Amino acid sequence: MVGNMRSAQRTTPAFLDPGLLRDVSLVCLAGGVVGVSFGAIAVAGGLPVWVPVVMSLVVYAGSAQFSAVGVLLAGGGPVAAAVTGLLLNTRTAAFSLAVAEHIGPGRLALLVGAHLVTDETVAFTLAQRDPARRRAAFWISGLGMFAVWNTGVLAGALAGSALGDTARYGLDAAFPAVLVALVLPALREDAGVRRAALPGAALALAVTPAAPAGVPVLVALAGLALHGGGRERGHGRGRGRSV
Amino acid sequence: MSATVAVILALAVGTYAFRLVGPALHGRVELPVRVRELLSAGAVVLLVALLATGALTEGGGFAGWARPAGVLVGGVLAWRRAPFAVVVLGAAATTAVLRGMGIG
Repeated sequence: MVGNMRSAQRTTPAFLDPGLLRDVSLVCLAGGVVGVSFGAIAVAGGLPVWVPVVMSLVVYAGSAQFSAVGVLLAGGGPVAAAVTGLLLNTRTAAFSLAVAEHIGPGRLALLVGAHLVTDETVAFTLAQRDPARRRAAFWISGLGMFAVWNTGVLAGALAGSALGDTARYGLDAAFPAVLVALVLPALREDAGVRRAALPGAALALAVTPAAPAGVPVLVALAGLALHGGGRERGHGRGRGRSV
Repeated sequence: MSATVAVILALAVGTYAFRLVGPALHGRVELPVRVRELLSAGAVVLLVALLATGALTEGGGFAGWARPAGVLVGGVLAWRRAPFAVVVLGAAATTAVLRGMGIG
């Protein structure tokens, strides 16, 4: 898939695919509610309204925002808050490498698109089959998540602690489940990815009690040592297939 | 408050720099096929590790039973190729119901 420009016919159905739009809407909705809880938690903890709002716009990374605010509110100090958040976000470098070819063409698209690289957009993008659909999935999920997340954070910050405990809605289970649904096809089809991902996840779990936030997921990349040669990827259509 | 501004700025600049790695290299460096394969596989490895730690842990410890039970229900639904909405709502509802019953 060298320079996916090859597949010139970028058919409109990719953009209008009702299945994709529905799936993205649902994840946006769930993300919006998590955004509301982020805004509410930050303000209820004593931070001014602009802190969660501005942070969401310019940092735009849920887990890093939660942990940075958590460290700040716990009195951990600004350095610890920044380091924790950055450590959590190192994975976005790997993600941006994996989806870069699906963001462009054009410098502006790349510069804007880079800001939209999140766990969810990457998962949605790589779950699609062909380059046109991947690009559509990236932008639809990226712009949708950005809009809904930031609106949610603003609403939550303004509502403050009036919302009560958002854990009762079970949304913390929704996001891992979203990821399961999105990576399952890749795990099913590609033995090499399976060999790398499953031990990697086990390793991440094993080091979680001891390692700082953000590190366990990176440790999982050691699983790539088991990925093996790209030989046995035969049973699929050759390109753009394996996530 | 300036310390808070510094945290936000550091996070914003650092995170954007991480996100720019891919787009900045794209088109400039022609990555070998093997490296591209490993990058794709690496993204899945990261996502699977995220979902595993996200399902089971919270703040370095066990997240309680309600969340992994919900994720498990979602996973089984996904395995049986249930629609995406069913997977997500099934997971959230399971966890919400368990919490409502007083199970962590």
